[in-house]
Amino acid sequence: MPAGAVHSPSRRNPFLAMTNYILRRLVQAIPQLFIISIILFLLMQSFGDPIATLGGRVPPRPEDKERLRRQWGLDQPVYIQYLTWLVGNDWQKIDMDGDGVGETPGKRRGVLRGDFGNSLVTRKPVIEMIGERLPNTLLLMLTAEFVIIIMSITIGLYSALRPYSWFDNLVTSLSFVGYSMPVFWLALMLMYIFAVNFRRWDLPYLPTVGMFDPAVGKTTVELIKHMILPVTTLAVISTAGYSRYVRSSVIDVLGEDYIRTARAKGLRGILVVFRHALPNAALPFITIIGLEIPFLLAGAVVTERIFAWPGMGRLFIDHIERADFPVLMGILMLIALAVVIFQIITDVVYSLIDPRIRLD
Amino acid sequence: MTNTTSLPVTRSLSPMALAMRRFRKHRMAMFGIGLLLLLVLYVSVVGWFSSGYCAPISQMVYGEAWANCNDTSLKLQPPSSDHFFGTDVIGRDILARTVYGGQISLLIGISAAFVEVFLGALIGAVAAYYGGWVDNLLMRFTEAMLNIPSLFLLIIGARFFGSGLPDFNFFGRELTGSVVVIILIIGATSWMYIARIVRSNVLSLRELDYVSASRALGASDRRIIFTHLLPNTTAPLVVGATLGVANAILAEAYVSFLGVGVQGSTATWGNMLDGAYQYLETAPWLWFFPGTLILLTVLGINFVGDGLRDALDPRSSRHM
Repeated sequence: MPAGAVHSPSRRNPFLAMTNYILRRLVQAIPQLFIISIILFLLMQSFGDPIATLGGRVPPRPEDKERLRRQWGLDQPVYIQYLTWLVGNDWQKIDMDGDGVGETPGKRRGVLRGDFGNSLVTRKPVIEMIGERLPNTLLLMLTAEFVIIIMSITIGLYSALRPYSWFDNLVTSLSFVGYSMPVFWLALMLMYIFAVNFRRWDLPYLPTVGMFDPAVGKTTVELIKHMILPVTTLAVISTAGYSRYVRSSVIDVLGEDYIRTARAKGLRGILVVFRHALPNAALPFITIIGLEIPFLLAGAVVTERIFAWPGMGRLFIDHIERADFPVLMGILMLIALAVVIFQIITDVVYSLIDPRIRLD
Repeated sequence: MTNTTSLPVTRSLSPMALAMRRFRKHRMAMFGIGLLLLLVLYVSVVGWFSSGYCAPISQMVYGEAWANCNDTSLKLQPPSSDHFFGTDVIGRDILARTVYGGQISLLIGISAAFVEVFLGALIGAVAAYYGGWVDNLLMRFTEAMLNIPSLFLLIIGARFFGSGLPDFNFFGRELTGSVVVIILIIGATSWMYIARIVRSNVLSLRELDYVSASRALGASDRRIIFTHLLPNTTAPLVVGATLGVANAILAEAYVSFLGVGVQGSTATWGNMLDGAYQYLETAPWLWFFPGTLILLTVLGINFVGDGLRDALDPRSSRHM
């Protein structure tokens, strides 16, 4: 070892370096989340009066409406509303009767203390409402993601091993079509073929809406049957893009010197591909998938709407019409947080797999 | 010029001419151009040849009135020789609406791409050129925008502006203000990738001698940014704008499909689909034709965008 070589602490203790890195990234993420929450909170101010859109449960008397407005803090300036949303108001007294003196103790604890407030429509805690829908979205999206990964790698690898063959050209054209397809168009086509027409032709047809048939109950078979069409919709469109990605990175890797070396020492073709080429080609693919996963929570808005899947996307759409901003803020902040966390996880995983990458 | 049998004259080609040549050899891009030309023909001249029932068509499709003209006794008619694409829930001719709606969808797509490229180029160039806290602030803002899924941003933006803008007159036709709202929102929620590319290009460009030279000659910041820096980052802007049109058409379709986009009185390919899925079984022509037109348009634009990328930056895609 040359004298005077400078060693960073990361060289001595990789674990410490990693912890340092993660902590630093988390600290950096905090202002970002603040910016996001402020942008969203300001945008939601003009959604209209939540009290006016309460539907049949609007208190008829104007003074009751005023009381409700004061109770929910809607009479306060925007920055006070934001601070209440952020840190709560349980140390203050709210002036509910409008005489200028606060008398009712506030109950909100604020997002920073884990309280996302209550839905203005259902009065249930936002956390609880999201908690009911999140597993449904995750079930749909993770299944779709699994299918997407398997399909993209299979198709991409097969194309890469036979570049510019008829199969590869066919896949190239099809992937452009898949990539250009509007989600709802594909969903409606699939429903039309496999649900409507299959029933007409007396073939076994697939259900189109919901998670299970209420007459049968929530069984595994029912769930699987209801998942086939939405998962196919999501998978076809994403696979189209990802398989191109796998193809081009496999072709890149196959041109590297170490592949030539592996072949030169007499390794069988199939082993070269699976032992040397694929793991290296998969690296950038893992990054892309990792960065995409949190967006999947959101990506299913249209799919969930069409297939009446009771997930977070539908929760969002259902509540945006009623200006239910605690629910909307809750969903969006959860997704933003997931995005930030997955960015860090992806970077860390990447550096673990590829030793050439150093976390700095 | 008379003695052409002698040595072939090799003329050196400008980078632009080389790019054009590569573009013309790109089979998929040429296919995309052809497809787009057909679609433009469709939205502009089909009115001449189709027959309607309210007014004799056989003319350029101009106003909403023509596309909205309806006969409730003919609602939900399947495609026939009178109505090639059938009629909708209140008896409007689907063919007429796809022709008129196509004009609006393309208008939205192209205008939104302009807004997107303008914002992206401006923000990226300003951030890179000034550096320091300006760069820091703008890039944090860009990251924050990237971390909110764009469809949610679109929906929230559409709700934020609502129908706040009045109807307006554009080339002799009345458009609802929601068209402009959608254009601005799509542009305002999609500039982030372009801003990042422009920023990284300008960061390397601003260190070059010619920029120092023009600064020494007393050029203003604005002049340096607009006449020296941005023109040299055209390639990603052209590709970004092209793909931006496709994404804007899809984005319009998604928000309109979710019922927060362009109001129903102005037909677009997107809002023709709003609610159409309730007729999945009984009237598939409601969603099939507008949906397919969106698919074909986006496909054509993606082919062209891919060809442009290959042509303008031959290194970027060796294998695609």
